Amino acid sequence: MSDADWIPAALTAARPQAMGALLRYFRNLDIAEEAFQEACIKALKNWPQNGPPRDPAAWLIFVGRNVAIDAVRKKSRELALPDEESLSDLDDAEGDLAERLDSADYRDDVLRLLFVCCHPDLPGTQQIALALRIVSGLTVPQIARAFLVSEAAMEQRITRAKRKVASAGVPFETPSAADRAERLAAVMAMIYLVFNEGYSASGDDARASLCEEAIRLGRLLLRLFAAEPEVMGLVALMLLQHSRSAARFDAHGEIVLLDDQDRGRWHRGMIAEGLALIDKAIRHRQRGPYQVQAAIAALHARAEKPEDTDWAQIDLLYGALEQIEPSPVVTLNRAVAVSKAHGPELALAMIEPLAARLSNYFHFHGVKGGLLLQLGRHDDARIAFDRAIALANSPAEAAHIRMHIDRMKKATVTKR
Amino acid sequence: MLYAFLCYNNESAVMSWTPEEDDAVMAKLDVVHKKLEAEGRFGPALRLLPTTAATTLKKEKDLVMDGPYAETKEQLLGFYVIDCENLDHALEIARELGQANPGGAYEIRPVRLFVPGVPGIGVS
Repeated sequence: MSDADWIPAALTAARPQAMGALLRYFRNLDIAEEAFQEACIKALKNWPQNGPPRDPAAWLIFVGRNVAIDAVRKKSRELALPDEESLSDLDDAEGDLAERLDSADYRDDVLRLLFVCCHPDLPGTQQIALALRIVSGLTVPQIARAFLVSEAAMEQRITRAKRKVASAGVPFETPSAADRAERLAAVMAMIYLVFNEGYSASGDDARASLCEEAIRLGRLLLRLFAAEPEVMGLVALMLLQHSRSAARFDAHGEIVLLDDQDRGRWHRGMIAEGLALIDKAIRHRQRGPYQVQAAIAALHARAEKPEDTDWAQIDLLYGALEQIEPSPVVTLNRAVAVSKAHGPELALAMIEPLAARLSNYFHFHGVKGGLLLQLGRHDDARIAFDRAIALANSPAEAAHIRMHIDRMKKATVTKR
Repeated sequence: MLYAFLCYNNESAVMSWTPEEDDAVMAKLDVVHKKLEAEGRFGPALRLLPTTAATTLKKEKDLVMDGPYAETKEQLLGFYVIDCENLDHALEIARELGQANPGGAYEIRPVRLFVPGVPGIGVS
């Protein structure tokens, strides 16, 4: 990187801490955001000349706070504060402030900032949009592109979400241990929502970058809560899933199933990091849903060829997940592992009882069709596949099921 | 004389690079690496995984902590690169080393990228 190329990344990296502290001062999202924006403008002018400050977040907090207070003072015709542009790292006032900010409040500030985006009254899509705007600093057009909606619609969605957050009141008291754990769980769920929003996109760059943003937020959370095994599990899960992104879609944007993926295109660095985090998490011996899912993803990542996959172990892990978080979707996933380890008959018997609850779920009919196909029940398979196509969430999903049907037709023709 | 170059930077800023920005930096570095390699000077080079992947063993108390070594009163005096089966194995080796040389700590950090460099460099 050269010249001032490093500044955008430095601003993005400092944003959660700086916004978190400014939100604590002003107790108002809009004022905090405005103060941060003003500080960024000053940074873009000041940093290329003076070089990067020792602690960019502290610099932004200090300057942002002064700007906002200054604005208030100007309104009340009082004296302005000294010019921030003359500030440098050598300034003792800033040095002292940086230290006071760092030690005491950093963790709770960032957690609070993430947590205000997770208000239970906000639907998932609004939580994600708000987090991407407030915490990640994505622009409204960027977020609109990621959600495939107009800028005006996204602007409105974010404004509505902010209003709800403001009326609910931001929780400013220092959280108790129980509060902190509850906030952490809500924030982890929100980060995983951001990830899945990106993961479900097929080769669309604007949406796929949400996966990277979610991983960045996950690492941030892990720096704050270094000894939380579920946070390690969450980051590991996202890394291991995202490591396959280059192999998950073909040149036409169609889904490539795990078995058919070119494993040479899996990202080794992400896999290494994911496996390392699971290793760390396991030492804590506190099982949790993110860790179990990450462990399942790890078994796929460790298999050099599809036939090396330890399906029996995956079956056991899904069994563990069923105990922690019983859900028909988990049982459906377990059935896939069972079909690989013990054959399609047993798997089909497992999913039959789920039919009522998953009757409108694309993957249920896709899996069911696949199992029926393996059992040679082509007519029944065709019914399931047709239902899956009707329920597909994306053209890529529908195309994938059609491919099964085409193969089935060809096989039937050849037999005749 | 062999010199070790220890790379310091703002981790969260580096982690905020887009994959394209990251690739661009690595490509620029690679030009320098190749030149040094052609001159027969380039020893092993490592890119470490983030500090969030680190585990620290405090030797005296046999205390295992999540995260990097955060104290500032000790200084970095050396490092090993060891091929371990997993974190437990790495901790076992760290304890063995710690018994031979008590005091201080080992930060155990998985390696993301290992460039072996010119074979036999430094061996005279």
